[in-house]
Amino acid sequence: MSIFIDENTRVVVQGIGSQGTFHAKRNLDYGTKVVAGTHPKKGGTTWEELDLPVYTTVAEAVEQEGANTSLVMVPAPFTKGAILEAHEAGISTIVAITEGVPVHDMTEVYDTVVRRGGTRLLGPNCPGLISPGKANVGIIPADIPTPGRVGLVSRSGTLTYQIMHELAQAGIGISTCVGIGGDPVIGTQFLDVIQAFADDPDTDAIAFVGEIGGSEEQKAGEWIRDNIPDTPVVGYIAGYEAPAGKQMGHAGAIVKEGGPGGESAAEKKEILEGMGIAVAMNPSEAAQLMIERLEA
Amino acid sequence: MDLVEYQGKQLFGRNDVPVPPPGAVCRTVEEVAAAAQELGPVTVVKAQVKTGGRGKAGGVKVAPTPEEAVAAAEDIFGLDIKGHTVNVIYVEPASDIAEEYYLSIMHDRVAKGYLVIASKEGGVDIEEVNRTNPDAVVKQTLLPSETVDGLPTETARDILARAAFPDEVLDQAADLLVALFGAMVAEDATLVEINPLIRSADDRVLALDSKVTLDDNAAFRHDGYEEWEVEGLEVADPLERQAKEQGIQYVKLDGEVGVLGNGAGLVMATLDVVAQAGGSAADFLDIGGGASADVMAESLSLVLSDPRVTSVFINVFGGITRGEQVAAGILEACDRLGDFPQKLVVRLDGTNAEQGRALLTEADHPSVVPAATMSEAAQRAVELARSA
Repeated sequence: MSIFIDENTRVVVQGIGSQGTFHAKRNLDYGTKVVAGTHPKKGGTTWEELDLPVYTTVAEAVEQEGANTSLVMVPAPFTKGAILEAHEAGISTIVAITEGVPVHDMTEVYDTVVRRGGTRLLGPNCPGLISPGKANVGIIPADIPTPGRVGLVSRSGTLTYQIMHELAQAGIGISTCVGIGGDPVIGTQFLDVIQAFADDPDTDAIAFVGEIGGSEEQKAGEWIRDNIPDTPVVGYIAGYEAPAGKQMGHAGAIVKEGGPGGESAAEKKEILEGMGIAVAMNPSEAAQLMIERLEA
Repeated sequence: MDLVEYQGKQLFGRNDVPVPPPGAVCRTVEEVAAAAQELGPVTVVKAQVKTGGRGKAGGVKVAPTPEEAVAAAEDIFGLDIKGHTVNVIYVEPASDIAEEYYLSIMHDRVAKGYLVIASKEGGVDIEEVNRTNPDAVVKQTLLPSETVDGLPTETARDILARAAFPDEVLDQAADLLVALFGAMVAEDATLVEINPLIRSADDRVLALDSKVTLDDNAAFRHDGYEEWEVEGLEVADPLERQAKEQGIQYVKLDGEVGVLGNGAGLVMATLDVVAQAGGSAADFLDIGGGASADVMAESLSLVLSDPRVTSVFINVFGGITRGEQVAAGILEACDRLGDFPQKLVVRLDGTNAEQGRALLTEADHPSVVPAATMSEAAQRAVELARSA
């Protein structure tokens, strides 16, 4: 098994421009069931590069092609509308790759789609997710991971690829790798993913990659301590050297000056270690810790 | 993006949040003198910098006469307030203050809503009030579903009543809070703070100060916030400003090892390994997806223009962009930049990394030092920085 996406995933792509087409084609070539694209003005045409139908709305793609997952690749100004449309059309998992979505938009989207709507939303500003050997939805390079039993969840993109790569070189495979995104307001939190891994009979161990800013890592840590103390869990928090008050690339990666505390990498590491969770100082050490845990 | 006080008041004013009569934005002592003559006799001379604690630092002075306004301006111009130099002063007619309150709304990351904070104890550090007299600080989280048509007046009134705002001003203050919430949403602010919110001697409620942070991601629907880009109010380092204009994610740091890589998380991790190798990073630079020679050359030239940089660590994980493409991009960028004294330690991993490393070894470029792992590269970069 795996979480969130697998061989039954049927993807409609919202945003079929050059980037959307490039990545959707890679997802399709990997074996993912990409079934349609949507475009407000190109409904009824064919998406040449993928040889798939284009619909005007997500609802049509759900009705005609049985789409259950949406990949959102539209520009930031249209992301709120795209996510709301997918939710209203009955899509169960929405994966929003787009970077730069205003925080007010996401606050409203979260309230409607996730809190009250119960739909799974990944991102925005995330690389998507991959269940190796089954499906890849988003922009994660599919040739890095091999199928296996470690669940990986991360706020970062390339850093996750790095850890996946090091695990793969040590012969350790992945059940699902989930990029939750680097924005302050995201649909699916660390805890949601970790709970899903805990319920997945084919995930035996969990690796997580956090960042400075916010407190979602701690929330997940508490749950791990109280519910799955025997599951091997290792983590890394990026940004030990990040100064307070500076946004480090990701909109959510900032330690607020005069903020609530617990937002720095060192504080997160200390809090998580206090909960019995191993936290590495760098990505290689995280991969190494996981390798040791699995060999033990 | 942060606004200074007078900008925040402009933003409040156009969203029906009551503010004092407009003052004058001054860049010279002469301008302050003229403004004080016109707005006085009693004025307040206020440093316009994007940081708190202006009063404590001597950046805000009440001037009973125009002469005293000039003297205050002479002291305040050029003042360093937490690393921010004062280039702009706002002169305002003094308000007759009966009471001072506190009011703010911020985006609430944890609750994914809006957090309203109100207190009858204003004009002082609200964190301090929260520590010494937490009962005086009322906090309420609001969710978007509760504010579909804006903040309901009853909700605003209830919050302020719980914060013990006096009955005489409750209706006025509630209207102000409703308008403040409207301003936050309409202007895409992530923080709007009024400290102090005053009750004047004639029982009017006014925002005597402002602190506003706007969401950079929403700049596209506000003409890029160009109206707030004012000379003399920039806070960023000159290199950070240049990077912003070029659309490069760059943060200036204090060390000697120039750092660039692909992806915010990976670059943050790179800063970490440089420190663990005993060095210190000079910057955070994310080249983003891909690694074309153009982007590489622009980014490298930015990093190298920092005079403190004595070595550079390029950390790239080849994903969809393959290792050999990245290597080619780095070599081409080096050729375009011509001679520079710093060595570039290049660490390539991921897809086709071996081909990329082979290409670098084969090219044998005098500036490029290939490294196999992240920690090895960090060691090399720190050694080279030290011996430079």
